[in-house]
Amino acid sequence: MNSLLRGHVLPASLILLALMAAPLFLSMYGVIVLTEILTMSLFALSFNLLFGYTGLLSFGQAGFFGAGSYFAVLTLIHGPDSLWAAMAAAFIGSAVLAVVIGWFCVRLDEIYFAILTLGFGMMLFTIAHNWRSVTGGSDGLGNFTLPELNLFGWGVNLFNPINFYFLVLLITALGALLLFRVVNSPFGLLLRGTRENSLRVSFVGANVRAVRLFAFILAGALAGLAGALFAFFNRIASPEMLHWSFSGKAVLMTILGGSGVYLGPAVGAAIFFVLEHVITAYTTNWMIFLGGILVVLVLAFPKGVLGSLLGLLTRRWKGPKP
Amino acid sequence: MEGFLANLLNGLSWGMLLFLISIGLTTIFGVMGVLNFAHGSLFMLGAYLCMQFVRWVGSFWIGLLLGPPIVAVLSILLERFLLRPLYSRDVSFQLLLTFGVMLFLDDGVRLIWGAAYHVVNPPQILAGVIQLFSQSYPVYRLFLVILGPLVGIALWAFFSFTRWGKILRAAAMDRQMAEIVGVRVPMMYTAVFGFGAWLAALGGALAAPHQSVGPAMGERIIIESFIVVVIGGMGSFPGAFAGALILGMLNSFGTTFLPDVQMALPYILLAVILLTRPRGLFGGEA
Repeated sequence: MNSLLRGHVLPASLILLALMAAPLFLSMYGVIVLTEILTMSLFALSFNLLFGYTGLLSFGQAGFFGAGSYFAVLTLIHGPDSLWAAMAAAFIGSAVLAVVIGWFCVRLDEIYFAILTLGFGMMLFTIAHNWRSVTGGSDGLGNFTLPELNLFGWGVNLFNPINFYFLVLLITALGALLLFRVVNSPFGLLLRGTRENSLRVSFVGANVRAVRLFAFILAGALAGLAGALFAFFNRIASPEMLHWSFSGKAVLMTILGGSGVYLGPAVGAAIFFVLEHVITAYTTNWMIFLGGILVVLVLAFPKGVLGSLLGLLTRRWKGPKP
Repeated sequence: MEGFLANLLNGLSWGMLLFLISIGLTTIFGVMGVLNFAHGSLFMLGAYLCMQFVRWVGSFWIGLLLGPPIVAVLSILLERFLLRPLYSRDVSFQLLLTFGVMLFLDDGVRLIWGAAYHVVNPPQILAGVIQLFSQSYPVYRLFLVILGPLVGIALWAFFSFTRWGKILRAAAMDRQMAEIVGVRVPMMYTAVFGFGAWLAALGGALAAPHQSVGPAMGERIIIESFIVVVIGGMGSFPGAFAGALILGMLNSFGTTFLPDVQMALPYILLAVILLTRPRGLFGGEA
């Protein structure tokens, strides 16, 4: 483990401890909200592997998120009655989808990439929406029961929101750790290299398409895993989860929190939920606020909330630059 | 045969609306390099304004005449004050800004006019049906089928023969060179954006009697016009025309002959085109 990672062990453990202790202080409602925030954090983090680290703006990330939810639910209905199997199906299934779709998408970049991912995401949405015999059409798949989670032979009842919270925390933490290791590895450096100047990266002998494809697959697989958790949480897999407006949520969360900081998207997910709850208490037209906030952020705070705060703090500590 | 003709005309009329919005999209992209996510919302705004004018003065033509310029003025302000500061930044941020504008406009429309669908009647002279080969067909759709190519030809002539059109094409080819020879590029960007918005709103106003006016109409057409622009080749004029026709036909014939997979056809086409011609049908070699 290099020195770069060592500096992160303390803050990471503190965050993890705080999250583990959170159910002690929160009401049941608070635990449920935090569960949803964590699920969406994993989704937004997977998106930011593409956007923040690889420089690829995907508008189809919900395609993998939703596909993961369908894979998981279909496994529970037709396959083994095991949550681990369902999550594995979501992870692997989404990864396979990402191989196929990514193979097309990583050939192009910038705006073309955004449109292509949007198109393929909507293709998946259409499949989920129209293939009634398998996906249940616009009603989605809700007729499944959540089995007990087999934890080394010990059955955990997930109808208890606190147990479910710890499952989501475990999966999200593992996913976040995996992503963190990837972006801080030499491969992560290569990713940032392709973001800054893909031509130069190819000059030093790296295969830019392969590098991007790997990031695309990893992002898709983790989004699928987050989708599986989301389906367990809501007890349904529905086509809206694949729609591009859902992809837009990952985009918004990431911009809110800040794409340049590793945990930015997670912080963004939390802010997103708080804002949603506060604003929808007064008006149903909360998208109008969201659109306005996005415009202000893009114009004035492109680093997002966490990025801007961290920038402010470092300037405090180190003093103004000469 | 009868079904074929009806399908053909349906496809053509939808294709012409797609064409109107896609040329604005493709021109803005070709000249400015900006992909406008809010373009579908401008289309929708055009339809709503037209509906509002019909309610106020009872004339569709007034709505068609006055609605689109209002949208164009709004877009000019949008370009000048929101988009212009972003030209020096990464293209993703321009896309994100227009995405925010889209959310704002879509929900704003819902706030003003409600979530319900509205119906706009075609003007007297274009109302009713016409007998075509022993089949009745709405006159209004025929009007769209004829109008689309006319607008296309007018625009083509504008870009090919007028001084302004040539300046625009020059700036699209090489912004720096155009600036050196004295073109005021920032002002031209604003004009192009406003013009594209005017076209989108014109398409929206024309679409109002063709379909119901509702808050989801922008979202549907923006996806389809993105596909049109990509398969035609981004920035390409004939590409937008061909793409819009192809998508219109897929829409009408697909619904008749392949109802189960019709919704997926545009995306399949998108994948096939990008595999064989990554820069689109009229986009030149990659």
